[in-house]
Amino acid sequence: MDLSSINPILLLASLMVAATPILLAAIGELVVERAGVLNLGVEGMMITGAICGFAIAVETGSPVLGFIAAAVGGAVLSLLFALLTQFALANQVASGLALTLFGLGLSALLGQGYVGVKPPSTPQLDIPLLSDIPVLGPILFNHDPMVYVALGILAATWAVLKYSRMGLVLRAVGENHEAAHALGYKVVRIRVLAIMFGGACAGLGGAYVSLIRVPQWTEGMTAGAGWIALALVVFASWKPWRVLMGAYLFGGVTVLQLNLQAAGIAIPVEYLSMSPYIITIVVLVIMSTHRSGAPASLGKNFHASG
Amino acid sequence: MFKLEKRPQPSKMWTLLTPPLAVLATMIFGGLLFGLLGNPPVEAIRTIFWDPLFGEFAFYYRPQLLVKGGPLILIAIGLSLGFRAGIWNIGAEGQYIMGAIFGAGAGLAFYPMEAFYIFPIMVIAGAIGGMLWAGIPAFLKVKFGTNEILVSLMLVYVAEQLLASMSLGLLKNPDGFGFPGSRNLQQYASAHNAELITGTGMHWGVVAAFIAVIFSYILLNRHMLGFSIRLTGEAPRAAKFSGVSPARLILFCLGTSGALAGLAGMFEVAGPAGQISIDFNTGYGFTAIIVAFLGRLHPVGILLAGLLMALTYIGGEIAQSNLGLPAAAIQLFQGMLLFFLLAVDLLTNFRIRLASSRRKGVA
Amino acid sequence: MSDLLLSLKGLTKAYPGVVANDNVSFDIAKGEVHALLGENGAGKSTLVKMIYGLVKPDSGEMRLNGEVFTPAEPRAARASGVAMVFQHFSLFNALNVAENIALGMENPPKQNALAARISEVSEAYGLPLDPFRTVGDLSAGERQRVEIIRCLLQDPKLLIMDEPTSVLTPQEVEILFETLRKLKAEGTSILYISHKLEEIKALCDHATILRLGKNVGTCTPAESTAAEMAEMMVGSSLQTPERSGREFGNVVLELTDLSVSAPGEFGTTLQDITMSVQAGQVLGIGGVAGNGQDELLGALSGELPSSPGTIKLDGRPIGDFGPNERRALGLLTAPEERLGHAAAPDMSLTENAMLTGAIREGLANKGFLNWGKAADFARKIIEEFDVRTPGPENAARSLSGGNLQKFVIGREVLQRPEVLVVNQPTWGVDASAAASIRQALLDLAAGGAAVIVISQDLDELMEISDHFAALNEGHLSEALPAADLTVEQIGLMMGGAHGMEVSHVG
Repeated sequence: MDLSSINPILLLASLMVAATPILLAAIGELVVERAGVLNLGVEGMMITGAICGFAIAVETGSPVLGFIAAAVGGAVLSLLFALLTQFALANQVASGLALTLFGLGLSALLGQGYVGVKPPSTPQLDIPLLSDIPVLGPILFNHDPMVYVALGILAATWAVLKYSRMGLVLRAVGENHEAAHALGYKVVRIRVLAIMFGGACAGLGGAYVSLIRVPQWTEGMTAGAGWIALALVVFASWKPWRVLMGAYLFGGVTVLQLNLQAAGIAIPVEYLSMSPYIITIVVLVIMSTHRSGAPASLGKNFHASG
Repeated sequence: MFKLEKRPQPSKMWTLLTPPLAVLATMIFGGLLFGLLGNPPVEAIRTIFWDPLFGEFAFYYRPQLLVKGGPLILIAIGLSLGFRAGIWNIGAEGQYIMGAIFGAGAGLAFYPMEAFYIFPIMVIAGAIGGMLWAGIPAFLKVKFGTNEILVSLMLVYVAEQLLASMSLGLLKNPDGFGFPGSRNLQQYASAHNAELITGTGMHWGVVAAFIAVIFSYILLNRHMLGFSIRLTGEAPRAAKFSGVSPARLILFCLGTSGALAGLAGMFEVAGPAGQISIDFNTGYGFTAIIVAFLGRLHPVGILLAGLLMALTYIGGEIAQSNLGLPAAAIQLFQGMLLFFLLAVDLLTNFRIRLASSRRKGVA
Repeated sequence: MSDLLLSLKGLTKAYPGVVANDNVSFDIAKGEVHALLGENGAGKSTLVKMIYGLVKPDSGEMRLNGEVFTPAEPRAARASGVAMVFQHFSLFNALNVAENIALGMENPPKQNALAARISEVSEAYGLPLDPFRTVGDLSAGERQRVEIIRCLLQDPKLLIMDEPTSVLTPQEVEILFETLRKLKAEGTSILYISHKLEEIKALCDHATILRLGKNVGTCTPAESTAAEMAEMMVGSSLQTPERSGREFGNVVLELTDLSVSAPGEFGTTLQDITMSVQAGQVLGIGGVAGNGQDELLGALSGELPSSPGTIKLDGRPIGDFGPNERRALGLLTAPEERLGHAAAPDMSLTENAMLTGAIREGLANKGFLNWGKAADFARKIIEEFDVRTPGPENAARSLSGGNLQKFVIGREVLQRPEVLVVNQPTWGVDASAAASIRQALLDLAAGGAAVIVISQDLDELMEISDHFAALNEGHLSEALPAADLTVEQIGLMMGGAHGMEVSHVG
């Protein structure tokens, strides 16, 4: 075992990369849940985004188009969920599970011809001057653009939820859909839009895994990242900045265990590999003792009578 | 535009009709999908649904129906109890793996001794393994209110890693020339879950599945505990008012579904699969979720749905080898089935009316 | 007529199986307080929902200021100057007062400017309110203020108020009336929905009376007697429940310093509740909604356990007993919320009979259920309590509110309780069902059982209680003989104006 082979600067830098997919998926799900909808299909939307992004990037040679396709793919898939829960009034838990199972199958089917293919690489965004700062430069300012896009989406989501009328209406719908309806807000329309935003974000997160993090396509490659994203939202008590904290925590655990594996530590690989999942459970337990901030209408279906 | 109108009570007719309707819709859209993939749609559907039962090689495929259906039914029966009460165990795949590890581990501990009591011990160990694994989310939910959906799911990934660790380490076959995987239990008479009637596919796991169906039927319809489960699912506050203890119910539902999933894993590893290996689990735990819903969480429905889903597995394999239909297409097909089922379920609780048709005769 | 604000002609709205409004017409003048009177289910709510744009009429015409008025949605209604204070508040617990108010406005100013406006308007109308408090922490009266201020900020021409006093103490009602009179003086019209006749006499200029969806007459409240209006509302004179003077027996249920912490985020904590009821006695417990009624029922039913000695039944400590153990001993309860708490909506009446009857009626044997016996029990409830339903196999949610409530009360009464606790037994129930439920409770007490009635309807409590106590912020007042109490005293027991002093109405 050689722990000195772990470079702390590289570790922190790769932490930001490792955190980005779950950050993207979690921020999308946060918006969905703040609107009062529980979409357990994050994993399915992520994996669909992963293959959509991968396929389009390979076919066009453009990672940017790939990411756009991933967002569209995730959003389109989420529309199925929206259709089931908002119009057919199906149980949200069951529909979310269906979405995940469906997405896993769909992605495997779409991805048949892409196993072993190498995607076009996404250029690093070396921010001039800033990336030359010692220590902080490589950690914070020497990444691919998606890392910053994710942070941008997070900041925008926070600002919109907190300061804008749109955010206020969204929160109101998630808090009490009957009252929002009585005031004349279009509950279903708002929720469908939120669900699609969640789908697009999950799609981006998935494409980040297949195009940048790994980068290649294998079936089921998101390996539970979507579920961890769901846990993150609970962990964050439905607050955007806490999602970032949580994403870095999980990113850190993932990166650390990978580094420990590489350093040949005496713990078997399998036990290191399960650590992010166990940490997730531990954190969920800690957070569930003082749970607050959950939108009051979360998971309940709305049907305007009369 | 259409308009939804809530029915005064759930329609009995549609409760029965929606699953076949969903299957039909899935066949149509699945056929279209296969058509898009360049396969003749009708032939693909016939290959999946007809050939395993009545095709040329049906004598080979028919027993597979029970082999594949057994674990699906066993797991789905367990899941349905929780689902009915709004307790969402979606980590049956993990409990299935743990049941297999515990069951196989118990059996292999006796190797090479032969004794009649080894198999029963394995059965008990398998049930305990699954129950313990499901007990974790149950305990955490009761004690801390932790979401059981996420915990049970996370534990699937943990179980998969444990499975890898077992087949590479503790349970690895010492005479296996370094290959991963345990000894083959099919070659260990006392531990082998053999076919009971040759050529039928019937093994102890299938028997257990049938017993589970009967017990669950009695439980849900004739017993206070089953009534409490249904009541909790329909109206949790009313259940509490009626005297149901939510904590006990969570422990019972998760524990039972874990035990049944563990049993399924144990019977599988001791029978059709034969050994603990890295790729031992094939997603029965997840497919069982579809089976549970497709069977409308009703024991008899689950029995039929499990057989139907087994059929798509077998038919899918045939389509794979005969038509070159990708394995993923079947997975998608199964996901689609659940989608359609949830969608047409609307008809059970709502009437669809044309909004433009104004009621006349109101002065 | 230039001083006519809103004119309704021939409004009709039908739902499957019921005509909610049948050819309803009336006018509201500018600066008029117009009462809409009718019992539960008379179609008042549907009518105002049409005016507010939540429901579209099947036929008929509305004119606002002479123009044809067809609001497609509440937004359009608000833009035309129609504002509404809902009976079940359309508020968001987790948001603060200012955010709640902003949601009800078309173009709200920035938070700070809005907060300043809120303080200003609320002071001016004598309804002080802190814009930054979380709504979930407010009392029912304060929550209503949020709704009212939300309306006032839009300078409404017509303010609709749906049963506004059902959540207020008598003192708070006075404050509200002051505000409404000031609004009227400023030229705002008010459509005031209520079934409380004394209030209407005190406040309203004209009244329109609805019965079974039809306009059955108008009157000038100041010139009519309450009895006349009541008869128009109900269609026949109602018999008040009969009660005979009777002796009370031993103390059966005794609560000593019962404290239970709030079960939910916005629940009420019960503090040091001490009381007792005797056999044959009816104890009425009043109070404004949200002062611990649900929690008290939960503590008595066994849903919220407490330490053993705080609750004693026949001297036996039962605080830590669960609902079934208490049922076995004769302590039965009926919660307020019919659908989802007292009964499971999608389950049949037979299954709902099993819900509480399994133990005392012997419907289960060693855990195995006897459905035949349960169906018999359900049939017996249906017969004896005149529940209108085709049969016990029907789902609970298919019953009307009154019929389901009769079933729920009947289910407990027929199990021969030693103590029966009911919460809001006649809430949302039509007058004849309410009368029969009250009679059943009195008969039960006459038969020697102790009855505790928790209710927000003071008239009801005065009608049937021997003793009266009030819940206020989780505390229970001393129980006093009901016959000697004045409205003033009752109001003070309920917490007076809840510290919400009337600021000077200028």
